[in-house]
Amino acid sequence: MDFYLGLAQIIGVHTLLGLSAYCVLLTGQVSLAQAGFFAIGAYVAGMLTVLAGWSLVPALLISALVSGAVACAVGFPALRVKGLMLVVATTAFGEAVRLFFFNFTYQIQAGNLKLGPHGGEGFRQIRYFPENGWSTLDVVIFIWIVVALVMAALWWLDRSRAGAVLRAVGEDELAAQSSGINITAVKVSAMTIGGLIAGIGGGIFAHYTTHIEHIQFGVVLATFAIAYPILGGLSNVFGTLLAVIFIQGFLIEGLRFMGDWRNLLFGGLIVLAMNIRPRGLLDAGTTRALKRLFSSGKEPSGA
Amino acid sequence: MLELHRLTKHFGGVRAVDGVDLIVNPGEVLGLIGPNGSGKSTTVNLICGLFPLTSGLIMFKGEDISALPPHERVTRGIARTFQNIRLFGQLTVWQNLWVAQNSAEQRRQNPVRRWFGGGGSAREDIGRTLEFFDLAHKRDELAGNLAFGEQRRLEFARAFAAKPVLLLLDEPAAGMNAEEIDQLDARIRTLRDTGMAILLIEHHVELVMSVADRIAVLNFGQKIAEGSPAEVQNNPLVREAYLGTATAA
Repeated sequence: MDFYLGLAQIIGVHTLLGLSAYCVLLTGQVSLAQAGFFAIGAYVAGMLTVLAGWSLVPALLISALVSGAVACAVGFPALRVKGLMLVVATTAFGEAVRLFFFNFTYQIQAGNLKLGPHGGEGFRQIRYFPENGWSTLDVVIFIWIVVALVMAALWWLDRSRAGAVLRAVGEDELAAQSSGINITAVKVSAMTIGGLIAGIGGGIFAHYTTHIEHIQFGVVLATFAIAYPILGGLSNVFGTLLAVIFIQGFLIEGLRFMGDWRNLLFGGLIVLAMNIRPRGLLDAGTTRALKRLFSSGKEPSGA
Repeated sequence: MLELHRLTKHFGGVRAVDGVDLIVNPGEVLGLIGPNGSGKSTTVNLICGLFPLTSGLIMFKGEDISALPPHERVTRGIARTFQNIRLFGQLTVWQNLWVAQNSAEQRRQNPVRRWFGGGGSAREDIGRTLEFFDLAHKRDELAGNLAFGEQRRLEFARAFAAKPVLLLLDEPAAGMNAEEIDQLDARIRTLRDTGMAILLIEHHVELVMSVADRIAVLNFGQKIAEGSPAEVQNNPLVREAYLGTATAA
């Protein structure tokens, strides 16, 4: 049972990470900075609960705001470059954040323990959940409430004019500009929303693992973040969720029995999935088919 | 309404547009013609602000807009279509118009309702526009799935969605059949009669001659003639630009 609860935690947090990349990807920007925002969220939330004694929800709000503010500040210079150059610029930012935390030490004495981030050794003893008597199940429920809220917010955003504008910029910047859209503002906003979501995800991550260190927030995590929405498809937020379940639940945990062969199969299965479903696991066509299935009888107005 | 003063754009050593003066008045269709590479599209791109001027001045409604970014020019009332269609293919027909609602008046709406509302009054506006462009029955279709002629109409409609007072049409008839060109002709006239200023770039000579009130001719980035359709047709410089000189043959 604990295994499945642990898996549910991982999937929940990685869904948040994937959704943060989803927002940015809607505007056509491939950002490898999401792991950096995730790391900032993790350290900020951890320090607030452990060192400042805050409770979790306000700590998560602040970690979201800090990550969002950093994303906004990074967005302005980073989004002046496009395509591969943006990938390089955002990777550099992510690594800079990681190396910052590699060198970051801020500890206070609490009884005979020293608490707080300690450079390369990481930030241990983020014991908010055990100290406050949360069971693993409580934590899982909390994570999934947050995931549901974020997904609902993005679902609604997707249906609003703001969502259509994000997608318009992602499709054709020149046409968007010529239609009166301020593309810089739109891209920076998407980056900021992505930062907010990554900040929340990072904050939760720090608390359920209880121990974070810089190496967890490297390029691999950034690649996962961007892989989820790409594999899942950009037609709606459930694609990202589906991709996280597929990668974390099936490829990483489900194939564990295969030992070293797993890594070999891992890459192959992603390539296979992308070949079978080039527009993502959940593309526009599938979404429409599902909609028709659930609203059987009354045909949607698209006809 | 729109005044270009000594408009100049050099790409490296190429003088794409070289000191062009042009005026477009409200309620007027100005045809802009010229051989390939004469600087017509560059002129339109300069008016929308897609790249900076080398020198010259763009005056719109009495203000210098030469340094404004493209989206602010749309807000002031300049909208355009593209020679090669550039729609948002993965958005539906009506979403294409929705995202283009960026006139000054539309921007003044309550921002929460404008950005996060479901449509509301914007939908009615879009409905009327789609009706005018004969696209109402395609409302929820993805723009990328439309037929070619419909895509041209949708691009026109998208430009119209920002409530422009100056419309720049870059070869709107390219690839259209005779019937579609007639409809286009009628739409341009209707819009002109509402007081809109229209700059029409077109290779389809019949359309330009029929719908334009005045015609300006570009060749190698310079304006070589301007006047009524009849005057331009009989101008020897224009004939030379299109057909070459008699001795050269």
